[in-house]
Amino acid sequence: MKKKIIYSLGLLLSILLFTSNQPIASGYGIGDIATDFNLKNTDGKMVSLKDYKDAKGFIVIFTCNHCPYAIAYEDRIIALDKKYKSKGYPVIAINPNNPEKQPKDSYDLMQVRAKEKGFTFPYLLDEGQKIYPQYGATKTPHVFVLEKTSKGNVIQYIGAIDDNYEEPKAVKVKYVEDAIDALLKKKDVVVKTTKAIGCSIKV
Amino acid sequence: MKRILHIIVLINLIGCDFKNKKVSDELSDKVDIPSYTFQEFAPMLQTKSDTLFVVNFWATWCEPCIEELPAFEAINQEYKNQKFKMLLVSLDFNKQKEKKLIPFIINHHLKAKVLHLNDPDANAWIEKVDANWSGSIPATLVFTKNKRVFFEQSFTKEQLKNIIDNF
Repeated sequence: MKKKIIYSLGLLLSILLFTSNQPIASGYGIGDIATDFNLKNTDGKMVSLKDYKDAKGFIVIFTCNHCPYAIAYEDRIIALDKKYKSKGYPVIAINPNNPEKQPKDSYDLMQVRAKEKGFTFPYLLDEGQKIYPQYGATKTPHVFVLEKTSKGNVIQYIGAIDDNYEEPKAVKVKYVEDAIDALLKKKDVVVKTTKAIGCSIKV
Repeated sequence: MKRILHIIVLINLIGCDFKNKKVSDELSDKVDIPSYTFQEFAPMLQTKSDTLFVVNFWATWCEPCIEELPAFEAINQEYKNQKFKMLLVSLDFNKQKEKKLIPFIINHHLKAKVLHLNDPDANAWIEKVDANWSGSIPATLVFTKNKRVFFEQSFTKEQLKNIIDNF
């Protein structure tokens, strides 16, 4: 009997130990209404989705300075803004990381990167890390395409930018572009969610 | 005078780069890490034997991954004479294999088996490893022929030992 108690306690302890690090599987699904936010841009100004009166939607991308996946996608993120801002879908980049845990993702270094690469879109710091958990971003980069409707900003695509993180020239499917092209034609998004390898968010 | 100084610095820098390249060429001759597409790798995620497998997904650029590697190495040493196998599956970029992955393995004296998964269409295979995996690393798959559990988290040595002992 004693052995059983000890075994059960041991099992309970091991369950508690290994679940303590589990990521929270929550956040938005397709069709949910996305929260707005008021976050600081690298130019010092505060930015919210409601500032964009003429936008038809948004390409919200959780990204950062240091992650090699994010860096590999930087030029493609700039290209997305170039292509879709004038069509009503601007890129809104948000750094979800805690600079105390990852100093390379500090606000100062965000300013440096934005200037170096000539970002044409806001690059906001998720100060206090309150926004990314609501969206359910689990890594960088992680894209959420929002469509403005009378009900609010509806999530229409979640996931990767395309199907080849390493070689832009070898990309066969551009998930984000396909999603926005469909929305612009008032058609259904075919591939609504995808998964990608990326850097975990530093809490 | 300043120009001569610049030229000397430049020559030193170039020389430095050649020297490092030569050293890493020599080292990479001794360490061979096979690269696999997912299709080639997938059969390694199944077993009909009595062996317990621990497959860790990591990359040299992933700090929490690097932090837990000593724990995995220690476990590998502890269980190596039992029916146990560990695979450290690197998701490093293909172009970083010679420059980053191989030097990392050498500098950290990694003894566990390392292989390189080179399949950038991650969306096509993430759910084949585990349906609930979001794609973030580190992540570890533990399996025998009868049981399979996927962990999207970091491990301490004690936590990993607990999982293995109670599997």
